[in-house]
Amino acid sequence: MSEHIASEHVSAEEAIADSVVPNPMHHNDPEHIRKEIRVYLTVFGSLAVLTIATVAVSYLHLDVRWAILVALSIACVKGFLVAGYFMHMLSEKKLIYAVLALTVFFFAMLLWGPWGHHYDTFGR
Amino acid sequence: MTVELEIPYNVHARPETGLYNAKLGVWLFLASEVMLFGALFSSLILIRTSAEHWPRGWEEGLNIPLATLNTFILIASSVTVVLAWANFRLGNVKRGRLLLLATLACGFGFMIIKTIEYYAKFTAVPPHLPSTSNFFALYFTMTGLHGLHVLGGMILFAYLSGPGFKMWEKEPERYVNRIEVVGLYWHFVDLVWIFLFPTLYLL
Repeated sequence: MSEHIASEHVSAEEAIADSVVPNPMHHNDPEHIRKEIRVYLTVFGSLAVLTIATVAVSYLHLDVRWAILVALSIACVKGFLVAGYFMHMLSEKKLIYAVLALTVFFFAMLLWGPWGHHYDTFGR
Repeated sequence: MTVELEIPYNVHARPETGLYNAKLGVWLFLASEVMLFGALFSSLILIRTSAEHWPRGWEEGLNIPLATLNTFILIASSVTVVLAWANFRLGNVKRGRLLLLATLACGFGFMIIKTIEYYAKFTAVPPHLPSTSNFFALYFTMTGLHGLHVLGGMILFAYLSGPGFKMWEKEPERYVNRIEVVGLYWHFVDLVWIFLFPTLYLL
């Protein structure tokens, strides 16, 4: 694809970047991309099956605790598939993991926050 | 002699980060989005656990078959955008563009179904409005904010498959990177729905 690039002027920055490999996470050889496409289609199939599963379980009208446990477990697996494969988080750069580690920490604080409300009533 | 000011690192990776700038930028944006939706999920947990009775989605007349269809549509649109990205990298321009348009069509489909759902709530007797109950306040706030994100994504796909497509001729790698970062945003919108759907409709 690089032959399409119109700019003939290669800046110093680009020269450095080129020597580093343009997009190290993306193997641009066609065979690899075709393999990726098969993975995407498999993930799509899995997401569809998991969606059917989560709706089917909801019709069982389980006790609310079990319903939450099952539905959110399935949602977590689906979330992992989307983030891991579609968003390529399974093969990302360290800096993105660092950003996400902070995000996960603060997100966890947000979900933990509501429990503070219940601390007021614990033991009463 | 003219001096051209180029935006640095929008094609190649910046050596210090190993990423092109747009990709790091979009991940930082998504981190802020996690906090935005996280605050709403946090509110939902607080309000729900404080309530003496909390209705399950179907008890309030939420349309599970339509929402399931919408889940399929969003998942399918996540696949079409990632396939568009792969096809542009393969040089299959026509197919890539068609897949972008398919993603846009999925966005339309999602919004039409959402409109049908909202219309049914507003015209019910008595009507279900955000002011009706805490449940509907959360339902409309969370699905409404998510819907705005879908709308935002649709504008991006309309641009990239329409006027923005001419970038492919001059800077194909930069265009492919744009598809990738818009795709990241779109997968995030899908991810939010994956959690919204069971939380509001099924539990």
